[in-house]
Amino acid sequence: MLDHLPILQVIVPLLAAPACLLLNKPRISWLFACFAAVISLLISAALLNQVQHSGVISYMLGGWEAPWGIEYRIDLLSAYVLLIVSAIGTIVLLAANTGIRNEIDEDKQSLFYVLYLLCMAGLLGIVATGDIFNVFVFLEISSLATYALVAFGRDRRALLTAYQYLIVGTIGATFLLMGIGLLYSLTGTLNMQDIANRLPLVSETSTAYTAFVFMIVGVALKLALFPLHLWLPNTYTYAPSIVTAFLAATATKVAIYLLIRLHFSIFGDDFGGGVIQTVFIALGLLSVFVASTVAIKQPNIKRLFAYSSVAQIGYMIIGIGIGTSLGLQGTLLHLFNHALMKGALFLALAAVVYRIGSTDRACFNGLAKHMPWTMAAVVIAGLSLIGVPLTVGFISKWYLVLASLQSGLWPVALLIVIGSLLAVYYVWTLVESAYFGKADPSLNSASSPPIKEAPLGLLIPLWILVLANVYFGIDTRLPLEASAQAANMLMGAGQ
Amino acid sequence: MTAIAIARTTDLFAAVMLSGIYGLVSASFFVALDAVDVAFTEAAVGAGIFPLLMLVVLGVTGRYEKTALKPQKAALMKKVAVVITMVITGGLLILGTMDMPAFGDPEAPAQQHVNIRYIEQSPEEIGIPNMVTSVLASYRGYDTLGEVLVIFTAAMGVLALFSSQLFVTRKLSVKIKKDDMHDHNVLRIVSKILIPLILLFAFYVQFHGEYGPGGGFQAGVIFAAGIILYTMLYGLDKARQVIKPGVLRVLCALGVFIYGCTGVVSMLSGGNFLDYSVLASDPIIGQHLGILVIELGVGITIAAGMILIFFAFSHQAESQLGEE
Repeated sequence: MLDHLPILQVIVPLLAAPACLLLNKPRISWLFACFAAVISLLISAALLNQVQHSGVISYMLGGWEAPWGIEYRIDLLSAYVLLIVSAIGTIVLLAANTGIRNEIDEDKQSLFYVLYLLCMAGLLGIVATGDIFNVFVFLEISSLATYALVAFGRDRRALLTAYQYLIVGTIGATFLLMGIGLLYSLTGTLNMQDIANRLPLVSETSTAYTAFVFMIVGVALKLALFPLHLWLPNTYTYAPSIVTAFLAATATKVAIYLLIRLHFSIFGDDFGGGVIQTVFIALGLLSVFVASTVAIKQPNIKRLFAYSSVAQIGYMIIGIGIGTSLGLQGTLLHLFNHALMKGALFLALAAVVYRIGSTDRACFNGLAKHMPWTMAAVVIAGLSLIGVPLTVGFISKWYLVLASLQSGLWPVALLIVIGSLLAVYYVWTLVESAYFGKADPSLNSASSPPIKEAPLGLLIPLWILVLANVYFGIDTRLPLEASAQAANMLMGAGQ
Repeated sequence: MTAIAIARTTDLFAAVMLSGIYGLVSASFFVALDAVDVAFTEAAVGAGIFPLLMLVVLGVTGRYEKTALKPQKAALMKKVAVVITMVITGGLLILGTMDMPAFGDPEAPAQQHVNIRYIEQSPEEIGIPNMVTSVLASYRGYDTLGEVLVIFTAAMGVLALFSSQLFVTRKLSVKIKKDDMHDHNVLRIVSKILIPLILLFAFYVQFHGEYGPGGGFQAGVIFAAGIILYTMLYGLDKARQVIKPGVLRVLCALGVFIYGCTGVVSMLSGGNFLDYSVLASDPIIGQHLGILVIELGVGITIAAGMILIFFAFSHQAESQLGEE
């Protein structure tokens, strides 16, 4: 059975989804979904272990060898991202039973789990596969599921947002598909390895460049790279809080993975003569500054952190742009760390929504008194977001700064540090109002019951993530080792 | 030309009809390119099920586009931005195709690499004459599973958006009298003759996919179109008595299961996921069996998913009418 781990990774949540539909009872569906998610988490851990010890795993679907059949190819990079996605997916799912109780009608909760599992399986499928058309198919599964999940939001605007996201996401996917088509016309194959081998023969043609541009733009839309990020803030704001936590911690990460895969494994990092590198650094820095500045002014905290996500994506893009093994390691570390901190922050917001029903800034005044555990979680995850030592956020920023200094890009290093100061500002204003602000008397009058701490169903998954933020900030071996190996492997493949 | 007309018109009904023509024209286009299977799919989807689904959407939204009351200047700016993006994208596409291998060039990489094996060896390896089906169902069977899940996800997404009242069985007595189709006797009689033929044709396409163009996707869509035609003429309530939405939901999941379990069974019999050769003692028979079973799964999920989507929309339209 061990040989089949790569496919089981995806197939378990994928087939658990229709099973959830057949169960059709919210609570049982939830338990079943959690069961499937935990299995897939265990599988991903086993896969990472296996890859670290015995190298790349290749699995032939249908028994047809690549490039005729579809190949699942797990290398260090994909094993690392698989672990992130399945870990966050599982933890958020544990919180979902409580988290969606107030946000989604009871008769639709089963459907919620069906779509959640489909989305998770789609994301895992994108990462596990070694076939570029298969990427597109699973991208469609996860995207469609995402649109529906966003539309679950209570706010009526959630529907419109989901629709806008659908249009933008479909354009992105179409661009990717056109790129795939052009690549196929050049190389006659859809297997990534095979394309990478055959592409150098035709890499000087304008068709190859067009394919590259189309695919990069398509992926950039999906990962909300500035200036293509406009869909993200609304989506994150109006989606149910649990969905936001899941999306923020996984969906954009998978898009980043895809970008790395395209850039380093398929086209090779010197494709296009390094122009794209400069573009990445510039857009990354712009993302950091524009999004952080906009975030400061947001009256809605969920939207604030959505913009902050755009900024954090910027950091990851900078790491790719630097283009050295160290820079790439910084990106991969930030991938892991950002998943932990944004997962924690959005789960904390889910707890606030559960008790108060809103995430307006005014609601946070004096909230620390009523919800001490939730707010403490916000503080720790916020510190991690800023990049304070002893949290995970520090490690990745440190590597990014190191990488830019090593490549002689000291202005970039300086700007990364300044960008973090903006994060200090917006996190501090939130903490200040939660701990030192006076509660609005109208909100907390005698007539309404006092606000209680969030239920354990939300607090436990939240604190798992928060503790992970601290744990991996101190004991950095797991992410450091895996990301260093993955980065070296990618750079080795490029040379 | 049709595409331009679709973009220009504000009459959504006309737009839907035009898009049906567009589908038919593209289908003929694919026939001209000798891609019969693709043409068949395009005809079934683009000219068949798509306009039907869009029509029922119009039942919910109304026929005419609302003209936007935006300031002229902002609209103009938007138009300029759109045109610039279009020119850049279109220009890039033209640039990209300049270096592309010439159309129909036998030396092109697309003809020289993986294709050769599909064409030369698939009859021996899989044992069926339709190579497109071989590629679709066996060599790249996993992609097809993915596509089925896309449809499944779409159906689930639509269900998630609309009221779950659809699954509550209503008694006939509360039926709201509103279908003006009641008087169209010609339509009703003709459809009564046609619907059984459509359904029969769907089964033919389903099981003949190995030998001619066709397969689960097309069959599912054609079957769904037959049922949808019935629903449009006789009303949702009658159709719901014949096919219960709850059953459809189960079927939709079941189709995915059939496909997925074929993979799991082949895994348990010692092969890789979706390796049909191990399903029977003779690999060729195994391939036959595998393809037959998964095509069945595809057909069930597609048909059930399409009908569910249609039901969800027309239920929405009816309850809106009921409120007014």
